[in-house]
Amino acid sequence: MSILVDGATRVVVQGITGKAGSFHARACLDYGTSIVAGVTPGRGGQKFDDRVPIFDSVAEAKVASACNASLIFVPAAGAADAILEAAAAGIELIVCITEGIPILDMVRVRRCLEGTNTRLIGPNCPGVITPGQCKIGIMPGYIHKPGRVGIVSRSGTLTYEAVWQLSQRGIGQSSCVGIGGDPVHGLGLPEVIDLFDRDPATEAILVIGEIGGCEEQEAAAFWKTSSRKPTVAFLAGVTAPPGRRMGHAGAVITGAAGTVEAKIEAFEAVGIPVILSPADIGAGMSKAMTATVS
Amino acid sequence: MNVFEYQARSLLGRYGLPIPPGGVATSPEEARQIAERLTRGPFVVKSQILAGGRGKGRFLSGFSGGVRLCEHPAEVEEVARAMLGGVLVTAQTGPEGRPVNKVLVAEAPRIQRELYLAILLDRGRRCPVVIGSAQGGVDIEEVAREEPGALHRIWVDPQVGFWPYQARELAVRIGLRGPLLNPAADVIARLYRFFCECDASLAEVNPLAVIENEKIAVIDAKIGFDENALFRHPEIAAYRNEVVEDVREAEALKAGLNYVGLSGEIGCMVNGAGLAMATMDILHRYGGEPANFLDVGGGADQNQVTKAFGILMADPRVRAIFVHIFGGIMRCDVIARGIVEAVSHAKPKVPIVVRLQGTNFEEGKAILRQSDLLIRTADDLADAAQKAVAAARETR
Repeated sequence: MSILVDGATRVVVQGITGKAGSFHARACLDYGTSIVAGVTPGRGGQKFDDRVPIFDSVAEAKVASACNASLIFVPAAGAADAILEAAAAGIELIVCITEGIPILDMVRVRRCLEGTNTRLIGPNCPGVITPGQCKIGIMPGYIHKPGRVGIVSRSGTLTYEAVWQLSQRGIGQSSCVGIGGDPVHGLGLPEVIDLFDRDPATEAILVIGEIGGCEEQEAAAFWKTSSRKPTVAFLAGVTAPPGRRMGHAGAVITGAAGTVEAKIEAFEAVGIPVILSPADIGAGMSKAMTATVS
Repeated sequence: MNVFEYQARSLLGRYGLPIPPGGVATSPEEARQIAERLTRGPFVVKSQILAGGRGKGRFLSGFSGGVRLCEHPAEVEEVARAMLGGVLVTAQTGPEGRPVNKVLVAEAPRIQRELYLAILLDRGRRCPVVIGSAQGGVDIEEVAREEPGALHRIWVDPQVGFWPYQARELAVRIGLRGPLLNPAADVIARLYRFFCECDASLAEVNPLAVIENEKIAVIDAKIGFDENALFRHPEIAAYRNEVVEDVREAEALKAGLNYVGLSGEIGCMVNGAGLAMATMDILHRYGGEPANFLDVGGGADQNQVTKAFGILMADPRVRAIFVHIFGGIMRCDVIARGIVEAVSHAKPKVPIVVRLQGTNFEEGKAILRQSDLLIRTADDLADAAQKAVAAARETR
């Protein structure tokens, strides 16, 4: 078991012929992900690497390949359109890697997705992986190890660092979800925690948050009422100055709730231990898991 | 990206918002000429910096007030002379202050009432929110703390849009009735149109004022834009070079790097924003302070690494450089060759500590060791951070 993706997930890659799209489509195929279709408008009828059929639209790809998940590499100016196209075609899971989508575009996309069965991951995210089964994203597959820790994160390389520390200690992962660094995005921390809660294969949860917004506080509140699984958190940005955008469009402190201090307080108030040093993520997770066993 | 007040005025003016006439000057003479062209005094002279609290600010020269009222053009010239070229310190600038290279000269209408109006994005609700208050001209965060009921909010459904009845509702709630109601609703609606069409992230009018003859005027405006959307607003994007006040940030912008200047002494180069923040944090834990945030991108290449080194080494604050790369898609051996190339080219005078982790990190480390360059390496993140902090202390 796992969340969101597994060996049966059938993926269409939107923007498969672009530079990033083709590079990462190959890496996903190498990992064993079943990529059943690609979409590049105007290139319908051709094949990607002589093996993946290319279509002009997601709707056509879905009819021909029965794909149920989409991986988007379309450049920022057309990415919101690509998400809406996938949703209109009835794709259940959309993973949008694209960085730099205008916020007001995402505001409209999120509004359009309300009431549909489509789940969006991202944008501006590394994607989602169920180790050993399916990788829909740009994360290096080999650092992961199948196991029982569910990871949800707002970051990319920081998540790789965390996964690395866990795998080095022999702690595997059920699924890892990068929800993205933009202020308006798809699935949030509470929703992914909920999915991990319902997943019998996940025994413990690692939450990686950062400055900006108040999703960590929402996650803490949600965890308090619903979750029974041991959870630990790490938060980046103690030293970030207010009012400055730290790389991610969403990582900017605009009010008291956006600071790391406020987020640490929220987690600790509900009993979620917060790992204070990024060097201790593996050790902290290990400690939380042994604590529950004994 | 925030813009200067004079730029905000010009953008808002195009959307028909009522702005007192005026102009921007770079010399005292020009300031006087602008005042002479205006129909009548009094005039206001406003220092153009990207920070608030200007009115109560003080120049390093001792001159008091970053915003001053003047009765005559001659006085405007005198005040502009005191401000231009000076450094203004306000509650928001930090003790080092900000240089004033431009002043805004405008008519100063007689204000009867000061109100507050702003549009921004509500992240939690994922929609724009229009905020109004009858208490303007003051620090709105303080109003929000002291008297939360004094702020009125209207959330806008992005699928439905913002309609005139909502603008009228807000106008009434902030006390603009009678002959003021329709003009106020018109101002609110125009500001909303600007917010959406220009992809603003913040459009704040403080104060929005009721002036003589029952008129409404935008006295001061703070505007920020969504950097992700600048590609579709080339005219606004062109302001970028003017609004970057930190030299280091201006250089990074040219190189296409994600950089934020800070005041510490350890220059950081990291791939990925989250990891970059975590790296700054761990340096701080061990008693070091980062000189910057620098994200070379999740898939950094040699070219970006070279440019990033250039910026870090040009910073006189930097006493040590800490390179922290998690090689995922990008292999550590490739990164290591990039570092060796960049370092042998640039010959930095400060110690360099490198931590490579991830794909092919052993090969990467071997390349650094064999390079004959004085690069210190570490495997463990905590160890690497401690080495970087120690290196910065040596060169102090």
